Amino acid sequence: MEAERRYSFGGRSGGDDPTEAPEQDATEEQPERVVPDDTPVDIEGAFRDSNVQEVLDKLDRELVGLAPIKTRIKETAALLLVDRVRTGVGLPAAVPSLHMSFTGNPGTGKTTVALRMAEILHRLEYIRKGHLVTVTRDQLVGQYIGHTAPKTKEVLKKAMGGVLFIDEAYYLHRPENERDYGSEAIETILQVMENQRDDIVVILAGYKDRMERFFENNPGMHSRIAHHLDFPDHTAGELLQIAGLMLEEQQYRFSPEAEAAFREYLDLRIERPNFSNARSVRNALDRARLRQANRLFDAGGRGLTRKDLMTIEPEDIRASRVFQDAASGTEETGTDIR
Amino acid sequence: MRITQGTFSFLPELSDEQIKAQIEYALEQGWAVNVEYTDDPHPRNTYWEMWGLPMFDLRDPVGILEEVQDCREAHPNHYIRVSAFDSTRGWETVRLSFIVNRPEHEPGFRLMRQEVDGRKIRYTIESYAVTGKPEGERYGG
Ligand SMILES: Nc1ncnc2c1ncn2[C@@H]1O[C@H](COP(=O)(O)OP(=O)(O)OP(=O)(O)O)[C@@H](O)[C@H]1O
Ligand SMILES: [Mg+2]
Repeated sequence: MEAERRYSFGGRSGGDDPTEAPEQDATEEQPERVVPDDTPVDIEGAFRDSNVQEVLDKLDRELVGLAPIKTRIKETAALLLVDRVRTGVGLPAAVPSLHMSFTGNPGTGKTTVALRMAEILHRLEYIRKGHLVTVTRDQLVGQYIGHTAPKTKEVLKKAMGGVLFIDEAYYLHRPENERDYGSEAIETILQVMENQRDDIVVILAGYKDRMERFFENNPGMHSRIAHHLDFPDHTAGELLQIAGLMLEEQQYRFSPEAEAAFREYLDLRIERPNFSNARSVRNALDRARLRQANRLFDAGGRGLTRKDLMTIEPEDIRASRVFQDAASGTEETGTDIR
Repeated sequence: MRITQGTFSFLPELSDEQIKAQIEYALEQGWAVNVEYTDDPHPRNTYWEMWGLPMFDLRDPVGILEEVQDCREAHPNHYIRVSAFDSTRGWETVRLSFIVNRPEHEPGFRLMRQEVDGRKIRYTIESYAVTGKPEGERYGG
């Protein structure tokens, strides 16, 4: 994207070439002749004033990996910013459609990114409030005839001025039941997506294959979504980094041996059923803290220090059933892996 | 006779922009906004019909303004008001209420006199439009 290359967006250090003024593209539609074409514009200034950098930095800091997602977000920010500057010098700027779909496996950060997106769109004045309303089928679809449309409208009203995040959106469409009320909810949402772009941004989220099928069956929905973002699974290295961040947040840390153990744990855990990326990491860390607490408790106060309270040791990790099952070769299909 | 009630009763009709600004204010205070309508605007009639549910947890006035508009379309010849309810402990009451729609023709109220106990007189008012007509037919449909 032009603006990004030239105006050093995102994490990179600002102003490679602050003297270079953006040229006006001569082929661009001409505005009513009031603002001369050589009017200087200050994109960097507009960028600074919007405080978007703060959110982008937070995004970079808090979310490990997800490079393609971060790039798309920066591109979107650039577009909105350039639009704002264009409006400032009397150039037309069509309101872009920013409805999106987030696809990816569980725990890859879809909800977290949606939250940040709402914040960014708010700072760039694309939406008025910047809150996120998260719903699933249950909150949109009613139980009987005439129940669905008002129910969906209630939700839409709550999301006005912000972002409506529909998790597992494909449950809205039940092809096996042609009288399902889900299609009525879709209809109602579609109308608002089309007619009230300034009032609401809709983000649909879910697993990739099922979302694709959903879009095939609902071309109307597909055509109104301009941005499809696919969230890649985290690599083991990224998961380890995420674990580090999560521990840091809670003032814990791995001892070096524990870190090695956790890396082994991750390699095993990724292969197991029900693996859900960063969420599995969070759960594993919660259980490690539980074991650590019990270990400290059993040690009975013997010469413990502040440092002991903060440190996760390898035995807190290795007690996990993932290791035992791996040792005994048990194939696990259960739901909760400890 | 133009009936006045509630906040801003001394002002001319609010424009939609002004209504929106008032709703925005109510939302900022954390009040739940309601749309109500009636064709019995007697000052003692506090219970108007609710248009939909009270709107809790809204952030933006646009959705509420739409409800006002829908209500106007359904009941063009009714009185419609927007009210804002404060659920804070100790308040638990309507904090703001104003009329956003009224019938085209408002015949007003007559003063009724009732003679009681010798020369005493009791006064009351009675609406020309309401008296003797059932709900829904009072202000020309
Ligand atoms: N790239 C990442 N870096 C750091 N933390 C992450 C990352 N991705 C996810 N997380 C963390 O993992 C947890 C789950 O993320 P989130 O709820 O956003 O996932 P999701 O994709 O919405 O999952 P689901 O599909 O199950 O709803 C959160 O605590 C979040 O902070
Ligand atoms: Mg989620």
